[in-house]
Amino acid sequence: METIFIDIAEFLTSWMVGLGLAPLWADLIITILQWAVIVLIITVNTIVLVWMERKVSGFIQERIGPNRLGPFGAFQTIADTLKLLTKEDIVPARADKLIFKTAPMFFIIVSVMLYAVLPLGNNMAVVNLNVGLFYFISLGSLSTICLLMAGWGSNNKWSLVGAMRSVAQMISYEIPLAFSLLGVVMIAGSLNLSDIVTAQNRLWFIILQPVAFIVYFIAATAELNRGPFDMPEAEQELTAGAYTEYTGMRWALFFLAEYTNLVAVSALAATLFFGGGQGPLLPSWLWIIIKTYLIMLVFMWMKWTFPRIRMDHLLSFSWKVLIPVSLANILVTGAGLELFRWMGW
Amino acid sequence: MMSEHATIGVFLVLTLVFPVAAMIAAWMFRAKPKSSEEKLLPYECGVDTQGPSWMRFKINYFIYALVFLAFDVETIFLYPWAVKFQSLGLFAFAEMIIFVAILAVGLWYAWKEGAFKWY
Repeated sequence: METIFIDIAEFLTSWMVGLGLAPLWADLIITILQWAVIVLIITVNTIVLVWMERKVSGFIQERIGPNRLGPFGAFQTIADTLKLLTKEDIVPARADKLIFKTAPMFFIIVSVMLYAVLPLGNNMAVVNLNVGLFYFISLGSLSTICLLMAGWGSNNKWSLVGAMRSVAQMISYEIPLAFSLLGVVMIAGSLNLSDIVTAQNRLWFIILQPVAFIVYFIAATAELNRGPFDMPEAEQELTAGAYTEYTGMRWALFFLAEYTNLVAVSALAATLFFGGGQGPLLPSWLWIIIKTYLIMLVFMWMKWTFPRIRMDHLLSFSWKVLIPVSLANILVTGAGLELFRWMGW
Repeated sequence: MMSEHATIGVFLVLTLVFPVAAMIAAWMFRAKPKSSEEKLLPYECGVDTQGPSWMRFKINYFIYALVFLAFDVETIFLYPWAVKFQSLGLFAFAEMIIFVAILAVGLWYAWKEGAFKWY
């Protein structure tokens, strides 16, 4: 079971080469297949996640949650998706049409591209990039621009305020996010995500870098604009912020991208801190799914437990607490590594 | 075998197709009623819009962006250093203390000048 997907890919490649296809073309077709599988996983996963989020929130607030369509309301999200497909597409007359229309597209492109480097099991990344972690962080920060495009292009005051807030929040939390991962990189000595997983063979990095994990988790919540850091899209005061003017499929793309980012960030946390696909008995790809889902459950738990944080508190928390803490973490990690080497470990 | 970066390129081209395909699918299924002038106005909870939305904005956001720029450039410097930390030895450690100290002084200066104050 461990290598089932790799075996399938190898079998297909050798079969296509056997048919007289150049290895390069066979490789290309395998990449296309991998892409299709990833997009399928993303869309199906989002449907499951929306249902899960509603059930979790219902559980936390002592409600039942969706329970009419299908067993435990499992088909509710599918019905919602079909409804979104048939919704009218409204582009405000005074909007900057090009920016307004391309913003959701860029957002989903950026979030799907994150999956190119994620190892979804041992040796199961689409591209085993040597700068994988850096690629992930730099691409992830591009979603800031998409939100700014959406807010500015809408020509709506709610959207502008929401976009400005999300930009300020996302750039503030990007620095502790990047700094917290430096500790992991220092221990593993590599930016390649598969190498980082291998470096955790004996000990998961959550034990060596607990502070880094906490900083990463908080900063990632803010990067995702999820509660309790969802000031930029607070429904009650900003009518969903940058998404105010969006309807139908365009809005659905934003929603899809948000959940795609959630999965990507959780999978990265599982890869960097919880040993990726390592675990007893079960195959590696199943372990990474289990770990990712557990981390996402904690994200949802946080969202529905804590109240929103005020905008100025939110920004100063990043600059006055998280950044000094993550800088100190780098120092302590460096000193610890030096000490271990000095003691000859 | 394709090179790693070529595979990323193929991935990007394929991903560009995805939202376009989604929009085409939505265009096929969606309702297309006639729209009126009122419907296409900016949404402001039912009240008519006053003044432009593209306007000057609170200065605080700009100051945060400025400090962010400085720190983000530092991040780029720190990553290659972190990868090579173990092989460089004591030299890297001393270098790190100096670099982090410079960052801390920068943070302290921005803090002292009131960049993180909310007016």
